[in-house]
Amino acid sequence: MTTDMLYGLVTGILFGFLLQKGRVIRYDKQIGALRLLDMTIVKFMLSAIVVGMIGTYALVDLGLAKLSIKPMIIGAVVLGGLIFGVGWGLLGYCPGTSLGAVGEGRLDGLWGIAGMLAGAAIYAEAYPLMNATVLKWGDFGKITLPQVLGINHWLVILPIAIGSILLFRWLEKKGL
Amino acid sequence: MGTSKDLGAWNPYLAGALSGLVSIGSVWFAGKYFGASTTFVRGAGFLEKFIDPAKVAKMEYFIKEKPIIDWQWMFVIGILIGSFIAASSSGSFRLQAIPDMWRERFGDNAAKRGIVAFVGGVIAMFGARLADGCPSGHGLSGSIQLAVSGFVALACFFIGGIIVTRLLYGGGGRK
Repeated sequence: MTTDMLYGLVTGILFGFLLQKGRVIRYDKQIGALRLLDMTIVKFMLSAIVVGMIGTYALVDLGLAKLSIKPMIIGAVVLGGLIFGVGWGLLGYCPGTSLGAVGEGRLDGLWGIAGMLAGAAIYAEAYPLMNATVLKWGDFGKITLPQVLGINHWLVILPIAIGSILLFRWLEKKGL
Repeated sequence: MGTSKDLGAWNPYLAGALSGLVSIGSVWFAGKYFGASTTFVRGAGFLEKFIDPAKVAKMEYFIKEKPIIDWQWMFVIGILIGSFIAASSSGSFRLQAIPDMWRERFGDNAAKRGIVAFVGGVIAMFGARLADGCPSGHGLSGSIQLAVSGFVALACFFIGGIIVTRLLYGGGGRK
């Protein structure tokens, strides 16, 4: 096993542990959020994002890390994102959490994993067609919000952090 | 929805914030951002290689995402192990083929749940590969880098999911 693979394994174990503890890998929680009944996964995700963005940009500012941005291709991201959402609503797990679900005994996750392997194989067949069409529709390249707004990244991070905390307070008040 | 019998659950804000710290550590020490869906491409490539290795070697997408075991592959396996450790050490591991919410709405037929989960998986992965990421790669890693693609993808994931669950479960208020 290479060092890279060992890092991956340890990081995955920590993340899987926390996903299970946060109860975010359950069908009832994922679909509960999509039905706007139970915002557990939103609380988990936004907390991770706010902490993650502060730490990542601090590392970047200190020259200790590099960004790895995925391109904003409108056709691919919007269409792909909506298609993913449809499948997610049916399955009730996402690619990472399906493994976590199996880890806590949720056997229907295995069907989802089999389906996702099949979906990846189908996409591999469709890739040349997608590459000639959808993947070329509205390609804005690897852009970030601070670049688009033309402001320092901390001026984006701060409002997102404050907005998240206000949202959390509202969710708690509403009992969601 | 949280019940008092839910053994070993942590506050989602705490578990989420700690996950954020783990993601920072990963970027710092390994230079890796979280992601999961590329591993399914590599996994599909592995399986197809058993059937027709010559075809896989020629396919454009498997040349782009080679069937190899890498950082992310081990990360995804790690999620399974970590979840198992957390569940079994807290007594919340439970073998279950049909989720509670599904059972309430659609009944006890495990095959029905299995078919819908499989079809959902096919659709979800096709979409994730088209969008070039899932809730880990776009939602988490994209957002922490303030990538426009990450925020847009995350919004689209939820829009698609909310529409489908409305169709499945109907609208209506909280119970």
